[in-house]
Amino acid sequence: MLTSDAAHRSAVLAAPAPPVTPIGTRLIRLAIAALCVVVLVYSWHEAEMNPAQLLRDAGNMATLGADFLRPDFSEWEVYALNMIETLAIAIWGTLLAVIVGIPFGILSADNVVPRFVAFPIRRVMDACRAINELVFALIFIAAVGLGPFAGVLALWIHTTGVIAKLFSEAVEAIDPAPVEGIRGTGGTWLQEIVYGVLPQVLPLWISYALYRFESNVRSATVLGIVGGGGIGMTFNETMRGFLYSQASAILIIVILTVSALDMISQNIRKRFI
Amino acid sequence: MAAALELDRVSKTYGSMRAVEDVSLTIAPGERVALIGASGSGKSTLIRMASGLALADAGAGPARVTSFGVAVQEGGRLARDVRKARRQIGLVFQQFALVGRLSVLTNVAVGALGRMGRLRGTLGLFNEDERRTALAALAEVGISAHVAKKARELSGGQQQRVAIARALVQGARLVLADEPIASLDPKSAKRVMDTLVTMSRDHGIALVVSLHQVDYATLYFDRVVAMNAGRIVFDGPSAKITPAFLTELYGASAEELILPSQFSVPASADAADAPKSQTVS
Repeated sequence: MLTSDAAHRSAVLAAPAPPVTPIGTRLIRLAIAALCVVVLVYSWHEAEMNPAQLLRDAGNMATLGADFLRPDFSEWEVYALNMIETLAIAIWGTLLAVIVGIPFGILSADNVVPRFVAFPIRRVMDACRAINELVFALIFIAAVGLGPFAGVLALWIHTTGVIAKLFSEAVEAIDPAPVEGIRGTGGTWLQEIVYGVLPQVLPLWISYALYRFESNVRSATVLGIVGGGGIGMTFNETMRGFLYSQASAILIIVILTVSALDMISQNIRKRFI
Repeated sequence: MAAALELDRVSKTYGSMRAVEDVSLTIAPGERVALIGASGSGKSTLIRMASGLALADAGAGPARVTSFGVAVQEGGRLARDVRKARRQIGLVFQQFALVGRLSVLTNVAVGALGRMGRLRGTLGLFNEDERRTALAALAEVGISAHVAKKARELSGGQQQRVAIARALVQGARLVLADEPIASLDPKSAKRVMDTLVTMSRDHGIALVVSLHQVDYATLYFDRVVAMNAGRIVFDGPSAKITPAFLTELYGASAEELILPSQFSVPASADAADAPKSQTVS
């Protein structure tokens, strides 16, 4: 249905006037926009961004790309052994973290220990978690020297912080009734944990531990680059020696291994949840 | 002989809500008592204090709870011997409180924890004798067919009887049941009440059962304790409990206690013992 011109005009006039943004607000917005521009321009210079370099070094990029497309598996036994070393680092880093993380996880759960126990332990675990495993690796390399053991220690400390947090959250989410059932029989605190808490959290714990193992395999690869042993170390050496075809082969092995592990552990985890 | 349960002037406040106010109560050995009252009248809090799962407020009276002469709590603190006291008190909760993932047998065997060495108990190394005791208790409550199942696979009524078996293994001399039939259908509810009362009679176990509705109280118990707003308003023979008397005690809120008679609910009872699809524990 058409409306007449006059009706339309009166409708427009009757409508409330659009709100006017006050001048102060507009100035503030302008200042924020200007600030953003300044930050962007400054960090461009600070980061030495230089797109021209990509073009000027196009020859290098081409060599690198071409070599990566021709992976060289001639020394695959070495890579495989190194990959196994990386897995070994991840396995022990995770296992030690789980062993230590279980008591710390329980002792930082508010519903099973008094707050004055949980609070300090939680802060210690926060500290373990706050520092990246790479930083721990550098510290332990200084302490025990280059090699896989430093990698294990680095993963252990960082993962303990993560595991304790995940485990304690699982404990805090349990149904309290079964625990009271055990308490009611005259059981000790430890027996309440063993019979009332553990059966409830075990499936989640297993799932979390496997998940952390997956991500620790990825982390262990990176740890090698700073000297923490394993395949990362070899990768770093090939890159420094401009052996891009070999580096490519190493990357492929890492990708295949990590994907395979992810799939396996996902399957196991599904069974427990 | 010391009383099976003695509450000496206990009170409990949650925030600004007075759940239990200055209650004293004595239960003789072997005695069976129904604890009735509308929801929120303080029944659960009273039972939780009796077993030391909740602490009474300090300062209001001696706030003392003892069971067969062993202190559970006093003056707002758990007694040193609370675990000794708890060993002789069996608990049955409304929400079953079994460990759903553990087998029925283990759930019952943990009743023996109090008598076992600490390390053996913590590691779950139950010996032949303890296992036999558990099986005998399960046979007594009629759950023999399901010993190897996980507790959560059982129906609500079955889980409740498993909890009773646990109290038997415990060698409890007093059983406190907090609304044991509130989430059960009529047929299962009757079976659980029969099991409780039979257990009490056969073993001379004192029994305190809190009930939301009155008809079971008058049917199964000689003595009834009625609570309202945190206080005991009646303690006497169940014969005195009539609808008229309840209305006199509770006024308008008596309706909640009298109305939905579980006995008159038509039989959906076939489903009574079928495993529940939803787990509660």
